[in-house]
Amino acid sequence: MHLKSPDDLERLRTRILEDRKAQEGKKGIVLCTGTGCRGAGALEVYEAFQKELGGKSAIEFTSTCCHGFCERGPITIIEPQGIFYQRVTPETVPQIIAETVKKGQVIDDLLYQDPATEQAIPAEQDIPFYKKQNRLVFGNNRLIDPTRIEDYLAVGGYQALAKALFDLSPEEIIAEVKRAGLRGRGGGGFPTGRKWESCRRAPGDVRYVICNCDEGDPGAYMDRSLMEGNPHSVLEGMIIGAYAIGSHEGYVYVRHEYPLAVENVGIAIEQAHKMGLLGKNILGSGFDFTIKISKGGGAFVAGESTALMASIEGYVAEPRAKHIHTVESGLWDKPTNLNNVETWANVPLIIERGAEWYGAIGTEGSKGTKIFSLVGKINNTGLIEVPMGMTLREIVYDIGGGIPDGKRFKAVQTGGPSGGCIPEDMLDLPVDFDALTGAGSMMGSGGMIVMDESTCMVDVAKYFMHFLKDESCGKCTSCRDGTLRMYEVLDAITKGEGKEGDIELLEEIGWATTEASLCALGGTAANPVLSTIRYFRDEYEAHIKDKRCPAGVCPALITYTIDPEACIACGKCRKECPTEAITGKKKVPHEIDQAKCIKCGTCREVCPVDAVKVE
Amino acid sequence: MSEKEIVRFQIDGLKVEAEKGQMLLPVALEYGFEIPHLCYHEAVSPYGACRLCLVEVTSGGRTRMTTSCNYPVDDGIEVATSTENVLRARRMILELLLARAPHSERVRAMAHSVGVEETRFRIIEEADGCILCGLCERVCREVVGANAITFVNRGDRREMAPPFWDPLACIACGACVYVCPTDCIKMEEQGDERTIVRWKRTLKMQPCKSCGKPFAPQFQLNWIIDQAQLPKDFYELCPVCRKQKK
Repeated sequence: MHLKSPDDLERLRTRILEDRKAQEGKKGIVLCTGTGCRGAGALEVYEAFQKELGGKSAIEFTSTCCHGFCERGPITIIEPQGIFYQRVTPETVPQIIAETVKKGQVIDDLLYQDPATEQAIPAEQDIPFYKKQNRLVFGNNRLIDPTRIEDYLAVGGYQALAKALFDLSPEEIIAEVKRAGLRGRGGGGFPTGRKWESCRRAPGDVRYVICNCDEGDPGAYMDRSLMEGNPHSVLEGMIIGAYAIGSHEGYVYVRHEYPLAVENVGIAIEQAHKMGLLGKNILGSGFDFTIKISKGGGAFVAGESTALMASIEGYVAEPRAKHIHTVESGLWDKPTNLNNVETWANVPLIIERGAEWYGAIGTEGSKGTKIFSLVGKINNTGLIEVPMGMTLREIVYDIGGGIPDGKRFKAVQTGGPSGGCIPEDMLDLPVDFDALTGAGSMMGSGGMIVMDESTCMVDVAKYFMHFLKDESCGKCTSCRDGTLRMYEVLDAITKGEGKEGDIELLEEIGWATTEASLCALGGTAANPVLSTIRYFRDEYEAHIKDKRCPAGVCPALITYTIDPEACIACGKCRKECPTEAITGKKKVPHEIDQAKCIKCGTCREVCPVDAVKVE
Repeated sequence: MSEKEIVRFQIDGLKVEAEKGQMLLPVALEYGFEIPHLCYHEAVSPYGACRLCLVEVTSGGRTRMTTSCNYPVDDGIEVATSTENVLRARRMILELLLARAPHSERVRAMAHSVGVEETRFRIIEEADGCILCGLCERVCREVVGANAITFVNRGDRREMAPPFWDPLACIACGACVYVCPTDCIKMEEQGDERTIVRWKRTLKMQPCKSCGKPFAPQFQLNWIIDQAQLPKDFYELCPVCRKQKK
């Protein structure tokens, strides 16, 4: 169906909603088959449902992408009651259909159990993980099969586009986005409206808009999940932006390692074209706009705006000097406006509900919500969306459910590989662009890696520096060799070869890397080192001076011993030890031969009574 | 009369002027300021890789450190070429570069001039003196047009090499040898063969029709004849005999 006017769109929407209303109360199954749940076996569950249902129309079966609570995947929701089942397996599928779908009986074993109260919670909205969130952007994932444009229309999709094209001038749209206070979600936090305005005002006939879906932070997958789960919300934002800026051609730059995102956004673009929401004369407004997909090779630096544009042009993704801004001279030297996936997805909300409504969410300098990927040593791993300004403590404890195994929180690393580590005494820091930067870290695109007492901060800094020395494009001496040398110094420290003066040397290299490099990768690359030195200097000193790793991580600096008092001589460690370093007999406490021990930690893991000590 | 816009600004307090659009480094050098640089060469476009030409520029009330080789001059900017921050950064960069090119006279002299005699870092032997300034790549692409050299890999694995490590486009002209600031690209001639050692390119040279001495690789001469659409026999004589003939 080709929509020729906003009325056409509304008629179609009414029809879809009426169809759905007629089916209200209908039995339904919603299964998340997003990347996280797929990793936990959601595709097998999907097949089991398909097989069991056998195409029966009496039960509506929907497969969506990420709902966020990936720790508990595969996630299944049973409608109309909204019963939340977690860690569903293909084996439980017949039972779900027979008992819950058909008879409305709740299967207790599949419910989420609140670890704090040990209560089983049947409804999704009552689960603490979801309760404190404000899922304005991400929430619709749960209601949408990303391959069906009708699902997006049913939740009000493309309403904002119609409003933008017919009720607002480009200048009014820019003013609205500026008033809303939207800032770029890709990391920089640059005011979106101002960027659009500069691009609109730049001289030239041809302008481009780009969606940056080159998310490359280890452990972060919010852009991926949004693109996979609700691609139309991103497209709608892009079309509105293109109209405001005066662009007729756009690109979605997405890494090829995100095959589902590539697939789903491709389907969405095709559907939008067919419906007249993309292409010539969109909704009869006279405005033309097309979107192409450009697949990236997966270099982390390709997420940097100028490198990304070089990559679209077919060159190696390498940043260039920005003395002339990309809004004036970007892709193929034309004025170009680039925004991140999440930024684009915020735009329809602002246009539809207005700048006042949007501006009421968040803090003074950072408006709206932010999606974070909450990973690491945390109970509730997943994607969360919270209003800007929520404290780290609320995120880690109320939403994240705290640290597993009763361990103690140590730090949270925000902002991706070149973010910083924020310590326990700063847990009440409100999370927004400026507060994070002030704490020596950054918002980045929204990665949050939680660390507990068993995490060595020198080892963490080394891990990120290893990543960055690999992912620096290698152009600037200060970044390429700066990250390499910081890595080498850190590596030596973790191997017990640290020297007096190494901390100062790291600070020296870190300063030069930050100050002398061209792009934001180099400009922030030293953060993991400098922030861990700033907050955990004693741990560095323990490694260097005492040749000791307080967290018990760095193999060269630790010894494993068995406490003879605690050992029950069960023999488990002896059997599992890969180097046969453990001796002992029945009823005789076991011992570790230090000469043979490779410090792999297996004995400690398998010991049922915690008799293996590490120092 | 061409209408060139002139901009006026200051370098270390001295009032200077230049054409709008010119880059800061060549203007500063022209005025006699000493700004060290390794990846800049007037024959090719600026790249900003070595980071040695950092200066502090104050513009619109904001001061920041930036490379001068690719900074377009503008009215009213104030440039400081040797602030404490600039020198501090330069010292670290030279220490980093020394570990790549410890035998380069030019790098050593530059390091010496800011008080760096030794590097605290492990010498990267496999760099074999290359500081990855990319001048060879630019001269080969922009001036020669042969596109025989490229950057390979990223991060600390980055190197300069012929594409796919196969020097089949190299005409062994030696422009890269000439432009390399650390002299890490060597050219050798033995008998009637010329070798660009770093790219492992060996080509047979054409003998002069008059004196018989080999004077340039046949591959190169044919390439130029092709590119410039010259008569097939254009390069029969060596440059010396050609001059005498005239």
